[in-house]
Order: sequence, then structure tokens, then C-alpha cells
Amino acid sequence: MAVQPIRKPTRLEPWQDPGQKPYVRIEKVTKTFGDFVAVDEVSLSIYRGEFFALLGGSGSGKTTLLRMLAGFETPTEGKIFIDGVDMAGIPPYERPVNMMFQSYALFPHMSVEQNVAFGLKQDGVAKAEIKERVGAILDLVQLGQFGKRKPHQLSGGQRQRVALARSLVKRPKLLLLDEPLGALDKRLRERTQFELVNIQEKLGVTFIVVTHDQEEAMTMSSRIAVMNHGVIAQTGTPTEIYEYPQSRFVAEFIGSVNMFEGRVVEDQADHVLIRSEDAGCDLYINHAVAVPAGATVGVAVRPEKIALSKEPPVNAAANAAANADGRNVTSGIVREIAYLGDVSIYLVELKTGKTVRVTAPNVVRRTEMPITWDDEVYLSWRPFAGVVLTQ
Amino acid sequence: MKQMGKLAWALWFGYAFLYVPIALLIFYSFNESRLVTVWGGFSTKWYAELLQNDQLLGAAWLSLKVAAMSATASVVLGTVAGLALARFGRFRGRTLFGGMITAPLVMPEVITGLSLLLLFVALEQAIGWPDGRGMTTITIAHTTFTMAYVAVIIQSRLVSLDESLEEAAMDLGARPAKVFFVITLPIIAPAIVSGWLLAFTLSLDDVVVASFVSGPGSTTLPMVIFSSVKFGISPQINALATLMMVVVATGIFIASLVMARQDRQRKRDEQMAVQGG
Ligand SMILES: Nc1ncnc2c1ncn2[C@@H]1O[C@H](COP(=O)(O)OP(=O)(O)OP(=O)(O)O)[C@@H](O)[C@H]1O
Ligand SMILES: [Mg+2]
Repeated sequence: MAVQPIRKPTRLEPWQDPGQKPYVRIEKVTKTFGDFVAVDEVSLSIYRGEFFALLGGSGSGKTTLLRMLAGFETPTEGKIFIDGVDMAGIPPYERPVNMMFQSYALFPHMSVEQNVAFGLKQDGVAKAEIKERVGAILDLVQLGQFGKRKPHQLSGGQRQRVALARSLVKRPKLLLLDEPLGALDKRLRERTQFELVNIQEKLGVTFIVVTHDQEEAMTMSSRIAVMNHGVIAQTGTPTEIYEYPQSRFVAEFIGSVNMFEGRVVEDQADHVLIRSEDAGCDLYINHAVAVPAGATVGVAVRPEKIALSKEPPVNAAANAAANADGRNVTSGIVREIAYLGDVSIYLVELKTGKTVRVTAPNVVRRTEMPITWDDEVYLSWRPFAGVVLTQ
Repeated sequence: MKQMGKLAWALWFGYAFLYVPIALLIFYSFNESRLVTVWGGFSTKWYAELLQNDQLLGAAWLSLKVAAMSATASVVLGTVAGLALARFGRFRGRTLFGGMITAPLVMPEVITGLSLLLLFVALEQAIGWPDGRGMTTITIAHTTFTMAYVAVIIQSRLVSLDESLEEAAMDLGARPAKVFFVITLPIIAPAIVSGWLLAFTLSLDDVVVASFVSGPGSTTLPMVIFSSVKFGISPQINALATLMMVVVATGIFIASLVMARQDRQRKRDEQMAVQGG
């Protein structure tokens, strides 16, 4: 997992600034369909200009949450504020929100231009201005020559861009996108991701994007909320979510992870020590956790944070405390190697029987690689690599 | 080859079954003789006489008027009913209403006719309307039973119509009424047209219900034909039927031409899109 955010971090992140008022505030919103709880006490604050991703598996309630923001569903409980205004009882056509539908929902009997102009017409914008704005937005999504076509005369990617143009042309303050890139092939998808981020930065719109593609969420968004069974499991920047998952679900949902089970044997202010049968060694982590000694916990270690070597690792000064007495060092036999070009994935079977996944960049050419199948190797990682998970 | 021969025969037989009666009717409309089944030479005199026959022409005119009005009314009401059933979620008694809308489809016409007659008589006694029975009552009666067909057609079209289209329109600022007229209606227009045509046809050939609710001055064409059978059919009726058939056939022909043209246009467009032109 070598996913990098494609936006530069902004200097002051609004969610860390107590003076900032959130643009969208979702307060303990619950939505039930009969007995089924689709969205369960969700609270979120989203700030102006954010690119906020809702990430979660199928049926986790992402679309339902979005539909409540757009006004197509009413929350069973809780409140939604947009720009400080309580949205209860405000119909979709009066909200400062536009939504791009998962299915695009282009009007089949209208041309591309008419589709895009529809929203402006409803607002009574003057004809000349409509023409100008529609032309400009179609140029932006590179559909300038397609204005006269009907939706069924367009390819999937072109339709998606019409839907995007249609929801952008009204310059909404808040744009909701439901799996906007779901139907695109990988290349078009990556290009459109960049386009979306560009558009968002150029127009300063607040985006809330639903996706179940974690890579997409990681690359595009300023913050991510991970949903699971209608509950927000964690909210944070892509880096926070990836490096500091707060629960097993988040750790396993985002990227791949090795999960070791263990018991806390030493609980100090500057480190914890966890004895793990799974890993076959003690796990040393250089920060305190709020769990009593003796508690059973999970320790998540990302595959790219594990180093492989054929010799026992030398204790570098920085790792001395960690690797003393064989902490954070274990060994096993290479069972599988998947060569992906830039990196290789190794599946190493530990003596304890557990299989550990390790990714390593291919610094040398494949033919010269020192580690091959059935080699006995040592696995080691630094004291900050593990994340202790109690939930 | 032999198989083909058999199939061809079956085909011919099937088509003969469908079209020989109609061909015969057209053929005899040009018969000189008054006797329907005896060929007396070619003539167009029945057409000439038909044009003098005010009773027959009046009945035909009445039938067309009733059919057009009731089809229009039932399209309006049927669309509203279909919309309510397909769109307004799970209101109380929705299943009951859903079942009830289809009941008139299976109700024996005699019962429909009789119950409507009772209703009209009772209404007349109570509020003095409808004043006697005639075109109004026939139109109302036809609307009641054709509306069910239209509602079913519209409902099934609406069910297959992606609801997010309407939501998208609302999201872009259109109020519900506007959404209906600008988005929903244009998209379901073909279903409405076919509903109208079906209602028109049903009304045009109804004889049972009309017999119950028509008055002395108002006899529809099917009623005239039906009653004249007892006294022997005048070849004028053959002539009238032929004329109506020509009108209907021309209508269908033009409609299918238009549709074929649209289809070709669409295919061309699609090809253009594929080539990325
Ligand atoms: N109108 C409805 N009636 C009953 N249940 C519903 C309704 N809409 C959604 N649900 C249920 O609520 C849950 C959440 O649905 P939702 O569409 O929000 O999921 P999602 O996170 O968008 O999933 P996906 O990634 O598959 O789009 C699902 O289990 C779904 O079956
Ligand atoms: Mg969804």
C-alpha cells in the first residue's frame, strides 16, 4: 500500500482550529427502516472547502446518510445543520446542496446541454448567462463538443462527467457525490480523481464523497469517516486512519495489516510490552496505552513496516531497547512471493504457524533478489510500527 | 425443406385465420347485391347510401366522440392512480388499493354495466344529475372501466422508471409539480399514448356496458351493428367497417413509420457515439 494523498496538506486544518464553525453538522443522526437501523447515532462536523470521504463496506449506510443530507430521507432521530441552518422540514429543492447520483440520473429525453442547464433554469437565471455557464462547465469537464448529444449517445465516462457538470454548474456550497467514479476503468478513474480534486480546489466547494474504494478515499480526501454497520468507526485524515487506526475494523478495512494477539505484560509511561503467542516474540511499543497489565489486546503491524533479512537483525542504537531480548524480532519461512514490479509481497509462515504479510520495495532486480521461496528469514520492526488495538 | 413447407403452411393458415374474415367484410362492402352472402357484381352504392344514413353516421360519430373523451379522461385519472400507487411509498391500505385497481379488469362487463346504471339512476334521483342517460353517462361508464387498464400500464412504466431521475430534478431545484411535468411526463409519454389508444379501442368496441347506460337518443356504433344483426346486416355496415379499418390502418402505418424513423435515428446516434465522433 503505497498510496499517497494527491493534495498538499493545507497549512491550518480547520478541524483542529477551535475557532472554525463546521459547515455541515450532523448531530446524533439515526435512520431506521422498520426495525433495521441503517444509520446509527452518527455525528460529524465537516468544514468549508473540505473533501470529505465516507468510506465503508456495502450496506454500511453511506448512501442513506448522503440522502438525508440531500433531503430525500428524513432522519428518524437527530439533527442536520448546513451553514448553521437546521435542515428539518426543508425539502431537497430548497437546500444549498447538489447531489451526484450513483446512477448519474441523467434525464434521458434531454441533451447534454439541457441536462446541465436544468438546475440554472429552475433558479430563473437569464438565458444568456445559462448559455455561458453551461458552456464553461462543459469545457471544464472536457465535453465541449458533446453538448447536443443525448445521454444514451455517450460513453460511461462521458456520462459521469455530464452528471458532475450538472451538479457543479449551480455552484452549490455543498456537493454530495455517491460513488462518483464507480463505473470508470482504472486509468480514467485516476485521471478523474485528479480532475475532481482540481475542480474542488478551483471552485472551493465542500465535497462529501461516498466510496467503498479505500484507495480512492486515501488519495482524494482531506478527511475520511469509516463507516461500519451504520456507525462511524473512525474519522481522521488519511494518514491518521492508516497509521493510527483505533479499532481492528478500521485497521483491517484500510490497507492490509498483520494482527497479532497478545497480553500486556509491562505497562510503562514510555512503552508497553506485549507477550504474543501469535508472533512468537514480545512486542515492544514505544508509547503508553490506556490498558491495564494483563489485558488481551491486538497489535496491528502494516506489511511495509516489517523488515526482512536472512541474518538476525543487528541492533541499531535506536532499536536497542526494542530489539533487546528478541523483542519485535521473529522468524519464519518464506512461503509465497508475489512480484508486483515496484514492490514484492512475501507471505512468511512463522514458527507459531501464523502467516505474516510483508511488502518490500524491489531495490535490486528480481533475478538478483536475495530472498526466495523456502528461505528462513528474520522479521523485525521498529518500536513505533505496532498499533495497539483494544476494540 | 419438407419441414419448411409445413411451417409455411402453418403460417399461411394462421394468417388466413386472422385476415380472411376481414378480407371478406371488405370484399362484400363492394357487393351490388343486398344479400350479404351472394355476389351480385361490383358496386360502391353502399358507400353512397352510407353517406345518406344519418342514424349510422350519427352512431359512428357518437362512438368516436365517446371513445376520445373517455380515453382522455381515463388517461388523466389512470396516470394519477398509477402515480399514487407507484410513487407515494407505503401509505395505509396500499396493497388493498393496488388489488382494487385491477378488479375492473376481471369484473364481468354485465356487472359493471348494471352497477353503473344503478348508480346513475340513484344519482339522478338524489341530485338531479345526470339528466337522463346519453353521451355523458356512456363516457363516464367507459372512463371507469378503461381507467383501470391505463392505471396498470402507467404504474408498470413508473415502476421501471428510475426514481433517482425525479430526485435529481428536485435536487436541482424543481418543485414536485414541475418535476412531474418536465421529467416524469415526457419520459412516460409513450406509455400514456399507448394507454390512450387502448382505452380508445376498448371504448369503441364496447357494447355491453354501453347498452346499460345509454339512453333512447344515444346509440353507439357497436350497439347499432349488434342490434341490426337480428334484422339482417345491411351492406352499409360493411362499408362503414371498411372505412374505419382504412382509417385505423393508416393511423397505425403512420405511427410505425415515425417510430421506425426514430429508431434508425437513435441507432445512427449510438453508432456515432461508439465511434467517438
Ligand atoms: N428504503 C429502504 N428501505 C429499507 N432498507 C433500506 C432502504 N434504503 C437502504 N436500506 C438499507 O439500509 C442499509 C444501508 O444502505 P445504504 O444504501 O446506505 O448502503 P451503502 O453504504 O450506500 O452501500 P453500497 O456501498 O452498497 O452502496 C442497507 O442494508 C439497505 O438494505
Ligand atoms: Mg450506496
